[in-house]
Amino acid sequence: MTNSALYPIAVIAVTALVTWALRAFPFLVFGNKPLPDMVHYLGKFLPPAIMTVLVVYCLRETSFIQYPFGIPEIIASILVIVLQLIRKNMYLSIIAGTVCYMILIRLF
Amino acid sequence: MREFKFAIKNTIPIFFTYLFIGIAFGILMSDAGYGVLMSTASALFIFAGSMQIVMVPMMTSGASLISIAVMTFFINARHLFYGIGFIEQFRTMGWKRPYMILTLTDETYSLLCSVQYDPGLDKSRAAFLIAFLDHMYWVFGCFLGSCAGQFLNFDMEGIGFSATAFFLVVVVNQWRQHCSKLPFGVAIVCSAVFLLLLGRDYFIIPTLIACLVSLMLLRRPIEAKEVSDDE
Repeated sequence: MTNSALYPIAVIAVTALVTWALRAFPFLVFGNKPLPDMVHYLGKFLPPAIMTVLVVYCLRETSFIQYPFGIPEIIASILVIVLQLIRKNMYLSIIAGTVCYMILIRLF
Repeated sequence: MREFKFAIKNTIPIFFTYLFIGIAFGILMSDAGYGVLMSTASALFIFAGSMQIVMVPMMTSGASLISIAVMTFFINARHLFYGIGFIEQFRTMGWKRPYMILTLTDETYSLLCSVQYDPGLDKSRAAFLIAFLDHMYWVFGCFLGSCAGQFLNFDMEGIGFSATAFFLVVVVNQWRQHCSKLPFGVAIVCSAVFLLLLGRDYFIIPTLIACLVSLMLLRRPIEAKEVSDDE
C-alpha cells in the first residue's frame, strides 16, 4: 500500500476528511435547530478564551529554563501588545513584532 | 467591490503568515519527493498548517492511514470548538455555508471573531471573501514553496512568529471589546495548569475543555458584567 502511487492521495484524503469532520461537528450537532441559551452564551465568550489559549499554543516550544530563557519571545510579545494598545494598527504591531523577533533570535 | 477591498485590508497580516508557512510546507514536500500537484492538493483540501507539516514525515515513513487519521484528530481537535460561535451567522449564508465551515482555520476563525464590519457592508459577502482570500494565500504559498523552494534560499527563521503576533493582536482587540475579563483569566489559568501537568504536546485539548466547563460555571458573573455592553 505504502509503495503505491495511490498512497499519498489516500493520506491527503484521510487528513482532509478528518479535518473537515472536526470543523463541521458543531454545525452538524446544532444544524438548523434553535440554539440553546448556553450555546448562545458560549458563542460569545468562548472566543476570547480560545484566542488566549492559541497564543500559549503558539509559544509552547519556548523553553524558559534553558538559554535564552524565552527572552526573544517575551520582548517581541510585549512589543506587539504595547504597540496594539497605543497605536491600534494591526499591521504595524505584527510586522514590528516579527522583525523584532527575527533580529533577537539572531542576537541571542 | 467594497467588500473585496475590506477583505483584502483585513487579511494582509494573514497573507504574510500563510505565504511563509505555506512555502515552508512546499519545500518540505518537494524535499520528500512529492510534486507540485500533491502540495497544492493538500493546501486546497486540508488547509491546516501544522497537520500538513506533520503529515510529510509520516508519509515518507509510510505510516498507516489509521495512524494518520488519529494524528489528524489530535492535532486538529481544537477546531471542534470554533464552530460554536458561528452557527447562527453561517446559517444565513446559503451556498457559501459549507465552504465557510470547511475553511475555518485558526487564523480565519480569529479574524472573523474580531473583525468590525464597516456600516453598509454586506457582512455575508465580506466574511466569505475573508475565508476565500485566506485559503488562496495558503494555496499560493504551498504552490510557490514546492515549485520554487530551492530558489528562495533567504534566511526565514523566526517568520513563524507572525502567527503568534497575529493571535496576540486579536487577544488585545478582544480585551477591549469585552467588559468581563474572566474569559482571559480562565484561559491563562487553565493553560498554565495543563501545560505543567501534561506538557506542551498534549495540553491544548484538556485546556479547551476546562475553559468550556469553567465558562459554563462562571456564566452568571460574566453576563452580569457584560449587560451594560449589550444595550
